[in-house]
Amino acid sequence: METVEIKINGQPYEVEKDTTILKAAKKAGIKIPTLCTHSDLEPWAACGICVVKVEGSPRMVRACATSVVPGQNYITHDPELKKVRKTVVEMTLSNHPQECLSCARNQTCELQEVAAEFGIREIPFPMEVKRLPKDESTVSLVFDPTKCIQCGRCAQVCQQLQDVWALEFLHRGYDTKIAPAAGVLLNESPCIKCGQCSAHCPVGAIYENDQTEEFCAAVEDETKHVAVQIAPAVRVAVGEAFGMEPGSITTGKIYKALRMLGSDAVFDTNFAADLTIMEEGTELVQRITKGTGVLPQITSCCPAWTDYMEKYYPDMIPHFSTAKSPMMMQGAVTKTYYADKAGIDKKNIYSVAIMPCTAKKYEIGRDDNMQASGVNDVDLVLTTRELARMIKTAGIDFANLPDEEADSPIGAYSGAGTIFGVTGGVMEAAVRTAYKLVTDDELGDVNVNAVRGMEGVKKGAVDFKGTEVKVAIAHGMANVKSIMDEIRDAREKGSEPPYHFIEVMACRGGCIAGGGQPYGTEDDIRDKRIAGIYTDDEKSVVRKSHENPEIVQIYKDFLGEPLSHKAHELLHTKYIERPLYQK
Amino acid sequence: MAVKNYILVCGGTACESSKGDDIFNNLLKEAEAQGVADDVQIVKTGCFGFCEKGPIVKVLPEQAFYVEVKPEDAGEIISETVIKGRMVDRILYKPEKGAKGDAFDIDNIEFYQKQYRIVLRNCGLINPEDIDEYIARDGYAALEKCLFDITPDQIIEELKVSGLRGRGGAGFPTWMKWNFTKQVESDQKYIVCNADEGDPGAYMDRSTLEGDPHSILEAMTIAGICVGANMGAIYIRAEYPLAIERLETAMAQAREYGLLGKDILGSGFDFDIELRLGAGAFVCGEETALLASIEGKRGMPIPKPPFPAVKGLFAEPTVINNVETYANIPAILTKGGEWFAKIGTEKSKGTKVFALTGKIKNSGLVEVPMGTTLREIVFEIGGGIPNGKKFKAVQTGGPSGGVITDKYLDTPIDFDNLISIGSMMGSGGMIVMDEDDCIVDVNRFYMDFCVEESCGKCAPCRIGTKKLMGYLDRFTQGKGEVEDIQKMKDIGEAMKKAALCGLGQTAPNPILSSLEHFGHEYMEHIEEGKCAAGKCKDLVHYKIIAEKCIGCTVCARKCPVNCIEGERKKPHVIDQEKCIKCGACFEGCKFDAIIVS
Repeated sequence: METVEIKINGQPYEVEKDTTILKAAKKAGIKIPTLCTHSDLEPWAACGICVVKVEGSPRMVRACATSVVPGQNYITHDPELKKVRKTVVEMTLSNHPQECLSCARNQTCELQEVAAEFGIREIPFPMEVKRLPKDESTVSLVFDPTKCIQCGRCAQVCQQLQDVWALEFLHRGYDTKIAPAAGVLLNESPCIKCGQCSAHCPVGAIYENDQTEEFCAAVEDETKHVAVQIAPAVRVAVGEAFGMEPGSITTGKIYKALRMLGSDAVFDTNFAADLTIMEEGTELVQRITKGTGVLPQITSCCPAWTDYMEKYYPDMIPHFSTAKSPMMMQGAVTKTYYADKAGIDKKNIYSVAIMPCTAKKYEIGRDDNMQASGVNDVDLVLTTRELARMIKTAGIDFANLPDEEADSPIGAYSGAGTIFGVTGGVMEAAVRTAYKLVTDDELGDVNVNAVRGMEGVKKGAVDFKGTEVKVAIAHGMANVKSIMDEIRDAREKGSEPPYHFIEVMACRGGCIAGGGQPYGTEDDIRDKRIAGIYTDDEKSVVRKSHENPEIVQIYKDFLGEPLSHKAHELLHTKYIERPLYQK
Repeated sequence: MAVKNYILVCGGTACESSKGDDIFNNLLKEAEAQGVADDVQIVKTGCFGFCEKGPIVKVLPEQAFYVEVKPEDAGEIISETVIKGRMVDRILYKPEKGAKGDAFDIDNIEFYQKQYRIVLRNCGLINPEDIDEYIARDGYAALEKCLFDITPDQIIEELKVSGLRGRGGAGFPTWMKWNFTKQVESDQKYIVCNADEGDPGAYMDRSTLEGDPHSILEAMTIAGICVGANMGAIYIRAEYPLAIERLETAMAQAREYGLLGKDILGSGFDFDIELRLGAGAFVCGEETALLASIEGKRGMPIPKPPFPAVKGLFAEPTVINNVETYANIPAILTKGGEWFAKIGTEKSKGTKVFALTGKIKNSGLVEVPMGTTLREIVFEIGGGIPNGKKFKAVQTGGPSGGVITDKYLDTPIDFDNLISIGSMMGSGGMIVMDEDDCIVDVNRFYMDFCVEESCGKCAPCRIGTKKLMGYLDRFTQGKGEVEDIQKMKDIGEAMKKAALCGLGQTAPNPILSSLEHFGHEYMEHIEEGKCAAGKCKDLVHYKIIAEKCIGCTVCARKCPVNCIEGERKKPHVIDQEKCIKCGACFEGCKFDAIIVS
């Protein structure tokens, strides 16, 4: 790394060449306030409070967007800077509803934090809050433009990170607002409900649709048997809400907490991740060896990606694995296999999924296939943030809970199931099982390092004893384009498909950084959560899906074999082209 | 047969909208009808600048300078001036009312006396739709020189010697801008012309483009040669249809002549230009927003650096200059940088075009050497304030500048002096105010513009403009409080320092500078609820003095909202609740019975 020497408040520092003043100061332990900058995004330079002085210049520059120049001395804090920043914060507050106590972001709001840091006791300017209607058109997200401070993060996320373009700046000047183009509602827009906007919003302007009351009502209802599943990524993140280090594996505590909250059965989506590998892996092997479908096969477990594909790449429908997502598979077997085993009427089972994802709320009602059991396979999806809130409301000291185990017969999981939560994880899990299916041998070293890591697009080849299986992985919706272009290009030219198997996850880093995860997700936190997931994998006794004893059991007792008629009925689905804008 | 007379008809937007087209067509018809069609060449030129007196028609060689011409004057112009060589006194320019008209060399008219025309050198002289006329006035000579005789480094050197600074407002040395782009290695570079003129009342760029479009094409091509770019774009407001039309004609002619397009003049150098029409957002005059708009994105500024010179249009190195800057380039390269550097002040060379408007006798476009004083512009070129009113202040730099009071009238105008007296050059708007103007009301006008035109991206500008507007509104309604002044200053200072682009950083300037010079007027509004100029309607009350009113009923009949009541021959009364303060009663009363308070 090339470095340069600069000064911050007169003190010398050696910093990365071309880094921004903001980043350099942060490394030096100096916090420059900002409301719009986010490490996932290009500097947008909207909020106006990160201004600093360059010694010798009368101007103030934005620390977020200005690269360091060797030799310069940056003044980050002085009375004049404080005055300017404070005035801008006061102006921002004068347009912002003073309803912190009843806001979804109370105590996690970045504006609140900044206001506290500046010690603002009164707002000197006339209050002027524009009351705009909430957009509650999707089941996933609530968009409350009244609280929007127009930092632009959500629009940038939606456009740059996700390439969805559901959110745009409308009008100008004081009338500027962020909303879907032409002022349509979110559910009429190309929105894929990934929720990254809500994860990046510094205030309470866009947040997950809180459905915790529905869970509480189900628990209270004596006739309902509440069966809960938790997704892989939840276990390494929920602890953050209780002061635990990101990446802490809290699987056993979550099981315990869910029981304390009144759940009747606690399962794990990781079980269904293993089930997904059995189905999807078999499907892949058949496409490769028997030519039962087009190649490459593309993963379908991410509902935001599925939605995106149906809107932006409907020509990829034949490439999509027909396997449902683990959550939907878990729901389907909960209300059939488990219901039978436990002797409970499926109509009385209330199936809840704790997910790192807001799109999952949409997925459970996307079409009739989500009622493969005859009733809703999953009745309710709660995000990690909602789970944390319920635990807090119940007064549970989460960090100090003892570990418990999940319930049988659909609670045990392999290491392959748990890595579904990170980018490359579905691919790695599939490789571990597909290798066995193709070669009839077990993979020696189960760690497939080629598919790991935070690179936006990862490409590689895996040797199946002489058969080269070419794979590609994309995470962050905007990264999918180059791979889709390659597929289309090969298709048009009539040449060999460039890949056999492609994994796509809508969110950067995979589900560990999903739109429903605890706030403050940046790459350093992603890295810790990912490390947690891989640790969970390494600590697992069973690390391949096909070796999970409960998986072996369910095929033996119930499903028969992968891609069986019953498996198709319960665990597979189909896709349709959807318009970008509903009319 | 040789042409005997030339008739130059102003073809600028302002004169065209005053039936300039009809005048032109009538002259053609009359010349034909009176049998002199072959003796006279009738040319539609660019703007003469003397817009106050438009439409303007000039007949050569008689030097007949006809003003406020009407289409029906065409017959007489032909029969008298062209055929008989006599002046049509009725429409002949006269320095003062009642003075005798005479044939004037344009330079002898006081409006033009102190002017020095480089940018507007061809406006009012040539037919902008005829490339030959531009060429006849040394047009494209600089391009030829740059293609064959001098190197790009020499171009830079010549610009450096000339001292030319960007005319868009910031006054950045043009040679440095070009040199930055020249030094960046890149396969693709762009030349962009900022013709998104948006200051209220400013139209120097429009007139230049309408009157001399080839000068811009030539300059952009030279910039292309200099920095190694083959593509250019002119970003122009769609509200300038005539300028667009003239540019399109000029580009077509230049391509036909091999002066634009592939292999220019056989040199092997390719350069072509595209027009990009802007939808009229003021912020798109800010260069990064302009480039975003060309790229098809929402016109919003981005932080600088990187500057466009290094990373501009489509992230490629881009020279972006304003129209007036480009218009200087061919002249500098033909006559030499040293010639240019002799004009102007030490740090601001050359001339500046101003759009002189407001309370001024001779409104119009004036081009003066840098260093000319405001007094010379307002009182000599502009002819002073009409109707014997008292001068109050001049606003330069449009909604981004400040007010200049009589105290500074003798300051030589250049980039640095204007800043030192609390205003700025801006793109060259110059609005004169007299004693009837209310400073709070004027600032409301500017701030209203900034509120409308803020792009909404950065909080200091988006919220700051609105807050300032709110305070001004309250002042004009008599609802202000003394402490509001300090709050406005706090907001203004925060905007200056923390707004993202020039629009937001300068938007509080008119308020901050007028608070300094006319603080008492603000205080009058706040503390006494009084608007001395009578512009703030909520503070103005019309009253009928019963003793003076004879009950003639004129006021009651003039009142558009029927709020004056009273019996005939008895004193009338104005219903203050209903009064809309239009002043019709005041104007109509012949007995001075109505007062304004």
